[in-house]
Amino acid sequence: MMKSTRLALLAATMLGATGMAMAQDAELTIESWRNDDLTIWQEKLIPAFEAKHPGIKVTFAPSAPTEYNAVLNSKLDAGTAGDLITCRPFDASLSLYEKGHLTDLKDLENMSNFSDVAKAAWSTDDGSATFCVPMASVIHGFIYNADAFEELGIEPPKTNEEFYAVLEKIKEDGTYIPMAMGAKDQWEAATMGYTNIGPNYWKGEEGRLALISGEQKLTDEQWVKPLGEIAKWAPYLGDGFEAQAYPDSQNLFTLGRAAIFPAGSWEIAIFNDQADFKLGAFPPPVQNAGDECYISDHTDIGIGMNAKTENAEAARTFLNWVGSAEFASLYANSLPGFFSLSSETVEMEDPLAREFVSWRENCKSTIRPAHQILSRGTPNLWNEMWNVSANVLRGAQAPEEGAKQLQDGLAGWYEPQQ
Amino acid sequence: MRGPGTIERRSMAQATKKPRRWHIAVFLAPAVLIYTAIMIIPLFSTLQLALYSEVENSQVFVGLQNFRALFGDPQWSDQFWNALKNNTWFFIVHMIVQNPIGILLAALLSSPRLRMRSFYRTAIFIPTILSFVIAGFAWKLILSPLWGVAPNLLDLVGLRSLFQPWLGKEAYALTTLALISVWQFVGIPMMLIYAALLSIPDELLEAAECDGITGMSQFWKVKLPLILPAIGIISILTFVGNFNAFDLIYATQGALAGPDFSTDILGTFMFRTFFGFQLQLGDPNLGAAIATAMFAIILIGVSIYLFGIQRRLRRYQF
Repeated sequence: MMKSTRLALLAATMLGATGMAMAQDAELTIESWRNDDLTIWQEKLIPAFEAKHPGIKVTFAPSAPTEYNAVLNSKLDAGTAGDLITCRPFDASLSLYEKGHLTDLKDLENMSNFSDVAKAAWSTDDGSATFCVPMASVIHGFIYNADAFEELGIEPPKTNEEFYAVLEKIKEDGTYIPMAMGAKDQWEAATMGYTNIGPNYWKGEEGRLALISGEQKLTDEQWVKPLGEIAKWAPYLGDGFEAQAYPDSQNLFTLGRAAIFPAGSWEIAIFNDQADFKLGAFPPPVQNAGDECYISDHTDIGIGMNAKTENAEAARTFLNWVGSAEFASLYANSLPGFFSLSSETVEMEDPLAREFVSWRENCKSTIRPAHQILSRGTPNLWNEMWNVSANVLRGAQAPEEGAKQLQDGLAGWYEPQQ
Repeated sequence: MRGPGTIERRSMAQATKKPRRWHIAVFLAPAVLIYTAIMIIPLFSTLQLALYSEVENSQVFVGLQNFRALFGDPQWSDQFWNALKNNTWFFIVHMIVQNPIGILLAALLSSPRLRMRSFYRTAIFIPTILSFVIAGFAWKLILSPLWGVAPNLLDLVGLRSLFQPWLGKEAYALTTLALISVWQFVGIPMMLIYAALLSIPDELLEAAECDGITGMSQFWKVKLPLILPAIGIISILTFVGNFNAFDLIYATQGALAGPDFSTDILGTFMFRTFFGFQLQLGDPNLGAAIATAMFAIILIGVSIYLFGIQRRLRRYQF
C-alpha cells in the first residue's frame, strides 16, 4: 500500500514536470557533423530564428564528421537523437527514412522553393517523398593564385589545350609548382580530379542518368577520357605527390608555392583566411572552345525531422524557415562556398564565392555520378573511384584498366549494367 | 614438492566434514564478473552477430552465409586474402627486425661495462608509451616529401637520390609502416629480454668463464638458451599484437589503406566493413564475420605455439 502510493507520487511529479516543460518553450536540438560551423549557428543562424519565433529554443549539437553516421544511427535506434537531423545526401539518409527515423516533408510550405534536382538527394527513388530540406551544395572548379598568374602573364584557361599550356608555362618558369594535388588520401584524385573535370566529358546529368539506366558504361569513351586527363597531370604536381596528403596540398597552395588548386568551393573560407595573395577561380576546361560546359554542383547537406520528436510542430516551423530566402542568404554569406540550393536569388558578398556560383548561369549543373543509387552494392562504386583515380594519377594503372575495374565492379551487382 | 604441512592439512580436512570454502568464490567473483561482462559476453555476441544478417530492417539468422560470402564471393575474399597476406608480411617484418634488435639491445644493456644504462633504457622505451596516432603523424611528417626532414637528412649524407615518397608507393608503403611500428615497439622485447638476462645467476656465468666460454660464445651457448622462453613469449605477443593491429595504418593511410590497398590489414578491412566508409554503408554482420576470422587466426596461432613449441622448450631451474 505504502509502496504504491509512493510510486504514484513519483509518477505524478515526473509527469507534472514534463507537463510543465511542455507548457513552456519548445526546445529543439540539431544533430550535425558540421562542427566547424558551431559558432555560425550559435551566433548568426539560431539568434535570427529565435528572434522571429519566440517560444522555440534551438541548440546546435554537432559531432565529429567521421563519426557522425555511426553516432547518429545508434542515437536514433536508442531514441536519444535530437529533434532535427542534418542529412547526408542520398543513401545514408534514404536508409534512415526507410527505417522510419525521418518523416516526409513534402507538404512543407517552403519546399516549393527548391528544384527537383536539389530535392533529388533527399527523395525516394520514385520522388514520392522528400524527407530533408536541401540546405547547400558545393561546386567544383580550380582555384588559382591570381598574383602568380599576373606575374607570369597568364590568363585562366578556358579549353583543355589552354589548360595544359598554362601548366607547361608555370612548370618552365619554375617559381611555382603548377598544381597542388596529392594521391595519398585518394579522395582528392576522385573528387577534385575525376568528378571535377568529368562532367564536361559525360555531359553532366545526361551521362549520369544514362549510367544509372544502363545505357552507358564506365568503359565508354566519355567516362575513360577524364581518367586519361588525370593521368596527364602527374608531371605538373609536386615532388613526391604520391605521399602528399590533402592538408599538404592545401598548405602548398596557401603558402604560395603552388599556382593552381583543383578545388571544391568549401575551400573558399579556408583559403580566404590563410592565403595572403589574390585568389581567382576558373571552371573545369572544356574540350573545344564554345563547347557547352558542365559543372559538378553537388548537393551536400540537408536537414530533416526525427520521426520520434516530441516537438513536431516547432521542428516543422524551423524546417520551413530553413527553406526560406532569409535562411538561404544568411547561410550562404556566413559560409561562403556552401551555396544555397534555393531557387530564390541569393546575394553573396564574397567575390570568389560569386565567381563559383556565376558558372551556374552558363554551365549545366550535375552531381557526382556515383552518389545516387550506384553506390548501394559491393564493391562500393564511390570507394572504387577513389582508388582507381589515385592509381591512375600515380601512373600505377592505365585509364582503360581503371575504367574496366570500375565497370566490372558495378556490373557485378547492378542489374541495368549487366 | 609437498611439505609435511600439506599432508597434515589434508588429513585434517578429511577427518572433519569438508567445509565450504566460500572465500574462494568471493575472491574470484569480481574478476570473473568483470571479465565476463567486458570480454566473454562481447566475444560471444560477436560470434553470434556473425551468424545473422539484416533483412528488411530486422536481424535474421542465416547460419554461415556471411562466412560463405567472405571466403567464396571474390568481392570479399580477394580483399580478405589481400589483408591476410599484408598482415603476414607485417608480422614477418616484426619478427625479423623488431625481435632480433630487441635482443641485441637487451644484450648490450646488460653488459656490465655500459655506462648511462638507465638513460638508454628509458630513451628506447619511451616511444612505446606514445599513442599510435602521435607516432603515425610524427612519421608521416618526417617522411613527407614536402616538409619532412627525411629528404634533407639524406641530402646531408649525399643520398638524396635514395629518397622516395615511401608511404605513397605500393612497393614500400607496408614495409615502411611495419618499420615505424618496429621503431615504436622495440622497447617491449628489449625490456622483457633484459629482465630475463638479469635473472641469469652470476654463478652460472662464472662457471662458464671457468670453462673458457666468454664473450660472444657465452651469449650464444649460455645466455641465449636460458632466455628462449622469454623470446617465445615475445613472439606470441608480437603475433597477437600484429594480427589485431589497426591504429597505425588508420592514422597514417586512412580507412582505404592506400595506395591501392597495399597496406590493408585485417583490422582496417574489418573497420571498413563494420562501420562503413563514405558512401559504403556499414555491415555489422559481415564485419563480425571478419572479426571472428581474425579471432580464429589468432587462436590457431597461439595454439600452435602453446602445444607445438612451448611444451618443447626446455626450462632451467636455478
